[in-house]
Amino acid sequence: MPFACIYVPNFPVAAALRAEPELQARAVAILEGTPPLEKIIAVNEDARRMGIAPAMTKAQAELCSDLALRPRSPLQESAAHAALLDCAQSFSPCVEDTACDRALLDLAGMESLFGSLSEISRAIHHRATTLGLDANVAIASNPDAAVLAARGLCDAGTPFDQLRAGSARVAVTVIPPGQEAEQLGTLPVAVLFPDRLEGEEQKEATRLLETLNRWGIRNLRALAALPEVALSERLGQEGLRLQKLARGAASRTLVPIEAPLLFEEAVELEHPIVLLEPLAFLLNRLLEQLCARLATRALATQELRLTLDLANLTGIDDEFENIGMPSESDGVEGKENMCGQPPSAVRRSEAPLLHCRQTKFARTLRLPQPMLDAKIFLKLLQLDLNANPPGAPIVKIHLAAEPARPRSAQGGLFLPPTPEPEKLELTLARIAAMVGEQKVGALELLYTHHPEGFRMQRFVAAVPPEKPHPKTTASTEESIVTALRRFRPPLRAHVTLENGQPAHLVCKKKDVQGEVLWKAGPWRFSGDWWERQAWSRDEWDIALQNNALQNGETIALYRLVHDLLGGSWFVEGTYD
Amino acid sequence: MSSAVVSTSAAQGRPFFFDDEPEAESSCGDSRPRLSGRAQLDRRSPENHPKSWIPSKILPSTVTSASRLEIRPAPEMVPSGIPAIDAMTGGLPRGCLTEICGPASSGRTTFLLAALAAATRRGEFCTVVDASDALDPHSAASAGVALDRLLWVRCGDNSPQRHRVTEKHGNQKEGCPISRASLAREVGAGERGLSSQAAFDFDRTSLRQSERRLEQVLRATDLLLESGGFGLIVLDLADLPPQAARRIPLTTWFRFRRAIEHTPTILLAIEPQPIAGSCSSLLLQLGSENEPAAKRRKNAAHGASRGLGMEDDAAPEGRKKMNAAGDPNFAEPTHVHLLTGMDINAELIRSRLDRKPAHSVRFGSKTAWAG
Repeated sequence: MPFACIYVPNFPVAAALRAEPELQARAVAILEGTPPLEKIIAVNEDARRMGIAPAMTKAQAELCSDLALRPRSPLQESAAHAALLDCAQSFSPCVEDTACDRALLDLAGMESLFGSLSEISRAIHHRATTLGLDANVAIASNPDAAVLAARGLCDAGTPFDQLRAGSARVAVTVIPPGQEAEQLGTLPVAVLFPDRLEGEEQKEATRLLETLNRWGIRNLRALAALPEVALSERLGQEGLRLQKLARGAASRTLVPIEAPLLFEEAVELEHPIVLLEPLAFLLNRLLEQLCARLATRALATQELRLTLDLANLTGIDDEFENIGMPSESDGVEGKENMCGQPPSAVRRSEAPLLHCRQTKFARTLRLPQPMLDAKIFLKLLQLDLNANPPGAPIVKIHLAAEPARPRSAQGGLFLPPTPEPEKLELTLARIAAMVGEQKVGALELLYTHHPEGFRMQRFVAAVPPEKPHPKTTASTEESIVTALRRFRPPLRAHVTLENGQPAHLVCKKKDVQGEVLWKAGPWRFSGDWWERQAWSRDEWDIALQNNALQNGETIALYRLVHDLLGGSWFVEGTYD
Repeated sequence: MSSAVVSTSAAQGRPFFFDDEPEAESSCGDSRPRLSGRAQLDRRSPENHPKSWIPSKILPSTVTSASRLEIRPAPEMVPSGIPAIDAMTGGLPRGCLTEICGPASSGRTTFLLAALAAATRRGEFCTVVDASDALDPHSAASAGVALDRLLWVRCGDNSPQRHRVTEKHGNQKEGCPISRASLAREVGAGERGLSSQAAFDFDRTSLRQSERRLEQVLRATDLLLESGGFGLIVLDLADLPPQAARRIPLTTWFRFRRAIEHTPTILLAIEPQPIAGSCSSLLLQLGSENEPAAKRRKNAAHGASRGLGMEDDAAPEGRKKMNAAGDPNFAEPTHVHLLTGMDINAELIRSRLDRKPAHSVRFGSKTAWAG
């Protein structure tokens, strides 16, 4: 039964590089600790070549001007770990969350789906790369051998097949059954112990390593060749366990996990962002990572939640006027005050201006249909943030996606054209930014006699075909309905009455005034008398000389309304 | 018809040819060198070309002959929702711009709603880009428009950007919707009888607003055309002042026409006067300006002279007939009439399919409560 191990070497650095891909070509070191006692915990290969090593202090590392120092970010590491699990679960339902930097998956029966084991290992590596992780993939007949092989790919140089495709490093290996001891033999003994141990475990591991070193045991082959009884007498059961691992003969049961479908990405900023344009770059990166993870799980999203931690700079708010302070009517969803919660220690040390309080600014982007397009999401978020700016410098960005099944639609050759949901959503957002959010959408009539009894709702281009209405099936001349064009707001008019009927009309609109040539009415309407917004009115249909075109020969029909409660006259619209 | 000539030549696929080509002799029986299209025109003015001019070396590869120009296929016509119009024009052309123009109360919106109803009946999604926020939802529903398939873009002066400017700088800045002072002046003018200065100010304000709305209309239309997928896109410019509507550059209409050219979208513009020029494939004029006023008055509202008793059954539910004194039990309310519909006259001004359109047709519409 084959098992695969996906191992991300140097995990803190890999998480930082995933969040900031532009650091790939630079020397990077990760810091941890409380200022001023920060120490380096992980470095990449370039930094190692420059002489930077773990346990150096920040002051020592800062002597290298080309070195990029980044604080350790639990948010980035948890996002990278989630991406690692997503990658594993896209190949097998049986996945063990072994550690933060590795995942084990059972590949039994997967050959029929993904091809040979070698093809599977390359596919896993490719998908991990797509998710921003440079991972080692090893396949062996037992889980521990797979873990050792995956770790050994970076610890022991090139003991296995390393395929190179272009400039990208492809580090995969497949150990055939029965050759575990031979393949693992060249690995150093240190791979038997985890990277970071603390307390007693670290002491014990150091003691064992020193003992083996004194014996002249440098690699697993030498350890595997030791006699079992003698090893047991000297190192006890732990020695036998290590020897079994070295022979690739350890056997255990995989402990599968049921990972929750949480798709969240976050980034903490060293320096606050005060403009929306640099924010868009970061959002783009987060969205691409989220979309890649969703695509890995064959999911889409219908809701994006953006949460921004804002640094409220008291006294210098005017400097940030360009991003605007949201007013009460801006409709900011979930803006909560986090008084008394200071920013993180790292940020506090680098940005002493930030103090007092930190607020959260949240926006929720709800989509009518599940979508998976990072560019569309970015445009929608940009438009939304342009309309509703956060109003203060941003120190942390958190983006979460609610997973949903991708929409499945069967197009037809003879069906009428339909707008693409992604394009339509972007178009609607752009138009809404131009004319107002409540000014674009579909109509919904309300159950009322009020003349303006309707409301705007979201326009969705996925309406199921309706049954033809008996009244509208035949497009005969009888179904042509005289339309009313409304004046919004209604035109206030000064009406002269004769015998209680309108005879002359004066209105602020030049072409809607003059002698009433013909009139019909009144028709009385009233409603909502049980509420404060009660209305009661008389409606007249009148004809006036049309002065718009200065031809003096045409007449126009208008609806004249007498508000019985207020006593005013209005021209509500024209029949056209 | 020029298009027919082009069509024939293109179907034969003839290249430019000279006297040594046997096809020329066999087809026409004339041995003289012959040119077609532009080459023939150039040959008639030899003073413009030196003797060493050899058209055969230039023409075949560099210049596309007129006979090889692509022919625009005849557009697919779909019903407009009004049988009389369909009988006259063949319907509305897909992938083309159609203009419906006419003065107020000439039936433009009636036509618009009929076209929307027909399009939504076909299962298409439609858009109304409403320059003056004038669409009446109840009229649309009565006309049979499927409202969930209709996207309504209500252009106006209360866009988010304008709100922010107003909040920040108060109402003093130019570009605010209407300042309080001018609003008070307008209301006062309306109550006093609208002095000439107030009317002039109102016209200027109205014109500025119209231009802003027009800008929104054009930008929204650009976005919608780029998005694609709509069966019918309507530009409602009916209430825009002609001065503002005429400011739309012809290139804008040309761009719109190019954007929909090979799509199944119908672009329909309703306006007081034709403004798109030759970019529109179909131009319908509603209402007749030459018609005598008395006749128009008679036709504008049929049922105007009918009495209450005749139209009693046609009254809608909830519409309670009243006399002038407000007494519903009034015995002979002879002054009360009911508008039941309109007679609409449509004249075909321009059509891509018909070289000399000189047809007109008359059809009637009924109010929603007329039954």
